[in-house]
Amino acid sequence: MQLITQLAYVVSAALFIFGLKLLGSAATARKGNMLSSVGMLLAIVAALLDQGIVEFQWILLGFVVGGAIGAAAARLVQMTSMPEMVALFNGFGGMASLLVGAAALSTATGTFTLVTIVLSILIGGLTFTGSLIAWGKLSETIGSGAVMFRGQQVVNSLVVLGILASAVMFCLQPENPTWLYLVIGLSLLFGIMAVIPIGGADMPVVISLLNSYSGLAACAAGFAVNNNILIVAGSLVGASGIILTQIMCKAMNRSLSNVLFSGFGSVSTEET
Amino acid sequence: MEAVFLTFILMLSIFVGFELINKVPATLHTPLMSGANAISGITVVGAISLAGTGQHDLANWLGAAAVALATINVVGGYLVTDRMLAMFKKKGG
Repeated sequence: MQLITQLAYVVSAALFIFGLKLLGSAATARKGNMLSSVGMLLAIVAALLDQGIVEFQWILLGFVVGGAIGAAAARLVQMTSMPEMVALFNGFGGMASLLVGAAALSTATGTFTLVTIVLSILIGGLTFTGSLIAWGKLSETIGSGAVMFRGQQVVNSLVVLGILASAVMFCLQPENPTWLYLVIGLSLLFGIMAVIPIGGADMPVVISLLNSYSGLAACAAGFAVNNNILIVAGSLVGASGIILTQIMCKAMNRSLSNVLFSGFGSVSTEET
Repeated sequence: MEAVFLTFILMLSIFVGFELINKVPATLHTPLMSGANAISGITVVGAISLAGTGQHDLANWLGAAAVALATINVVGGYLVTDRMLAMFKKKGG
């Protein structure tokens, strides 16, 4: 059974790759999206067949609730507000990675797993709040202008330092929940701080970047729960998202750092 | 040792990801972003294994919540992408 699951993961990874390839050209894009959704279905079915699962009702409930919300949102959204919808979906994906990372903590052994848990919480958290802010700016729920204030760079630097410190402390003392909460809280705060100084017109680029991050978060969560397909699909999205972000910047005649740090100072921990 | 294998997988798929995206026409940027976003909902697979353990502890509930959130991302992501692309087709002829 384990072997069948793993083989199914291989097939769905191939479908993701092929789907992404087809998405890059107008004639085949729709077919590509279809292929990658078949890959996702296959991966989910394979995961359900896994032996470790003894109880299905909570999974089913999650499917029903999530599927209903997702389908309704995708159908009802206006064509013109698609990008902010994507941002919102992306935020949920980031939050899911955060939760998976936090849940994996109960069975975590070894420093390597702890580090990947911290990464999935950190990247997932900043993706969540960052995407919410991007959604708010695009939908004009909050003002779309760049928010800047005196001492912003100092605050941002403190947040980054705080994240680093609490992440290290968490890896050293995983049994102390204070550090876990600190990492979660600070990463949520960091997502907000990173996106508010960027103007609404640049939001599509930011969403693309956050999309890349949510892939990386899924990848980190994959390391945390030892799951190959999460690592493969997550890093695919992470890498292709970064490239796409760069292409979008070029199309706007901007550089990525120009977009990101126009009002943000020089605080960056996520790239490379 | 397993971590090393997983890191190999990570490195290879990053290279594939880089290679996949080149010379994408500007009109396809948003659908491509949305389609890739749907794939990042793959976290649902990790969440499934946590939500189905049968131990009614915190990890179980977190997993169940993650299943719901990731499913929103997956279902919504694919449907929105398909809607965008359907629009292209009509415009094209």
